Amino acid sequence: MIAAHLPALQIVIPLISAPLCAIIPSGRIAWLLATLVSWIALAMAAALLAEVTANGPLDYAMGGWAAPWGIAYHVDRLGALVLVIVAGIGALVCLAFYHSIAREMTADRQPLFYTAYLLALSGMLGIAITGDAFNLYVFLEIASLASYTLVALGPDRRALAAAFQYLILGTIGATFILIGIGLLYMMTGTLNMADLAARLPELMDSRPVRAAFAFIVVGAGLKLALFPLHWWLPNAYTHAPSVVSAFLAGTATKVGVLILLRFVFTVFGVVFAFGVMPLGEILTGLGMIAILFGSLAAIFQDNLKRMLAFSSIAQIGYIVLGVGLNNLNGLIAGLVHLFNHAAMKTALFLALAAVFYRIGAVDLASIRGLGRRMPYTMAGFVIAGASLVGVPLTVGFVSKWYLLLAAIEAGRWSVVVVVVFGSLLALIYTLRVIEAAYFQPSPDDAGEIREAPLAMLAPLMALAAACLYFGIDTGLTVGVAKVAALGLLGGYQ
Amino acid sequence: MNEHVVLRVVTKALIPFILLFGLYVQTHGDYGPGGGFQAGVIFASAFILYGLIFGIGATRRVFPSRLLLLLAALGLLMFAGVGVAALVMGGNYLEYAVFAEDSVFGNHIGIWLVELGVGLTVSSVMVTIFITFAGFGSVSGDTR
Amino acid sequence: MEILGHYNYWVAIALMMLGLYLVIARGNLIKKLVGLNIFQTAVFLLYITVSKVAGGTAAILKEGYTLYSNPLPSVLILTAIVVAVSTTAVALAIIVRIKHAYGTIEDDDIMARDGDP
Repeated sequence: MIAAHLPALQIVIPLISAPLCAIIPSGRIAWLLATLVSWIALAMAAALLAEVTANGPLDYAMGGWAAPWGIAYHVDRLGALVLVIVAGIGALVCLAFYHSIAREMTADRQPLFYTAYLLALSGMLGIAITGDAFNLYVFLEIASLASYTLVALGPDRRALAAAFQYLILGTIGATFILIGIGLLYMMTGTLNMADLAARLPELMDSRPVRAAFAFIVVGAGLKLALFPLHWWLPNAYTHAPSVVSAFLAGTATKVGVLILLRFVFTVFGVVFAFGVMPLGEILTGLGMIAILFGSLAAIFQDNLKRMLAFSSIAQIGYIVLGVGLNNLNGLIAGLVHLFNHAAMKTALFLALAAVFYRIGAVDLASIRGLGRRMPYTMAGFVIAGASLVGVPLTVGFVSKWYLLLAAIEAGRWSVVVVVVFGSLLALIYTLRVIEAAYFQPSPDDAGEIREAPLAMLAPLMALAAACLYFGIDTGLTVGVAKVAALGLLGGYQ
Repeated sequence: MNEHVVLRVVTKALIPFILLFGLYVQTHGDYGPGGGFQAGVIFASAFILYGLIFGIGATRRVFPSRLLLLLAALGLLMFAGVGVAALVMGGNYLEYAVFAEDSVFGNHIGIWLVELGVGLTVSSVMVTIFITFAGFGSVSGDTR
Repeated sequence: MEILGHYNYWVAIALMMLGLYLVIARGNLIKKLVGLNIFQTAVFLLYITVSKVAGGTAAILKEGYTLYSNPLPSVLILTAIVVAVSTTAVALAIIVRIKHAYGTIEDDDIMARDGDP
């Protein structure tokens, strides 16, 4: 019985635990509930991925009303991949919450923090699993509102201004998506994605459909921090609590990419998106600018969280570049980088969270000599940083390899140059951190610094190990990405 | 607001009617304009009116914030619980038709319960928002 | 070109652009929020005016009536209104905390004061 209702339970269990967390009086018990639920969600997501990889897409009619009149959940391989990414990041980051949130927040606020976290988790899981366009907007707003709240809980007052900016830009983006969905509904009379995909091809020349496409791409671009719509990201990631940055860095933008992929490939179709509308050129161009801009800006930052935030903008540029190249290898590169970037960035932010927990600051001057005092934390940082650069045997190399293959196949040599140059720039800012941590003496006024607590170290080590393991044995990630990419290019399936 | 006798008397006379109207809107969602969200906001407006005229302290005595949080959580759990009950009785999630032999009546029960949960959550959240913001009024520096 | 026939779309677009202009051009945080609200309300108008069928009645079954207005956009917009209200509530809570912490709600002053945290 459970297996048949797994798609519904995937959303329902985190969603029910959110109000339960709100009424629990103790912070520790709320953490326990949140962690338990996150791991159960990961187990369910893994089960769904296994089921979908073996037997093809899964459909679930909410309320027993069949599509297209009812809301249908549609789990395909891409959706299942993103489910595993979001649930996995959530489950690992929850372990780090234990120490970090207990220190940063008063006892009566902690249950409410976990409520917001569970709402963000269920919203993002819902975006990955739904097959109805308006349902996607509702889950998007649930996740976004919870994220604004999580960012606003940062330690100093700049978190509030960052959260407000994130709120304004995020709401504009979501409202653009709403306008696009409305225009599509006006033209076709349906909201179900399968039905839209079936009815849109004959309406390709009408102006509302093109306007809908434009609105949805811009709205999704705001959510995934595509250059030049990225302005909310550096401030939000820098001033949010460090573990919240770790969670959002691994999930929020990935879900934004999923929204873009869903609408571009599943609803509108490759013929319309890349043939009639110039999406390929736009995504490729903006992706290249994002890579250069993000990496260059990251080199000049002293605050490490801000540096990683700009680096995220560059990595999202890689994903978008892969999608924009419009061939199989490019799409594989983009999808594999979804998984890889989530693992790398969350590991890096978790390392910074551990550093902040011990020494209270995350700028280059404060981490001098930390390589000797917090060896495991900095080792995790180095491994994830090597992934960021694209050193062979790490996951970063896999994505860049497929991206280079795709660029050569498309004959775009400028893309090859940009990707290689971007890796060199990433090397520069990673080396800045390694040099400060390992090759400089500790500041004289530094007190006794111990290694990070186990609950924060364990997820960091797990993610760093994943960076190495999935870089060497690429069968699982590339396999799933390849099948998902074939499915996307083949239209609705 | 001690001087405003007219306001106080009229408010005390009107609040029961507002609450009654809120109940009417809550239950008539399937026959006319109405439903959970609208009714919740009307309910909340009665308590907000009380808070405006008689002060936040009086409203807090009627509705301590712990109770409001509990009611909000309870409403959401009621909604989700109806769906889980449908799962247990053999249908899909939120498939109200399985609640009774006649599927129309089953749908009716299900929607009624779900709207009740929504009304509960919406009214307690609206009152919480009002109390939270009104409670900031004693902060210095906002006479700019 | 039926400009006058499409007046509902013109009104909705005009309100959307006004709202968006307010968000970008005004420095006061409350005014930005008001602009955002106007923008969202204009989108709701766009949906609802589309649902009205000329000569149609409310979507409640009754003998003697065959033409009904489309009830689905009203339901969608109800959900969207709840989302907009929640967004406004969260934004107002953040603005109140900003006022507490900075003493001002003009974003130029906030950025100027951030030199000294």
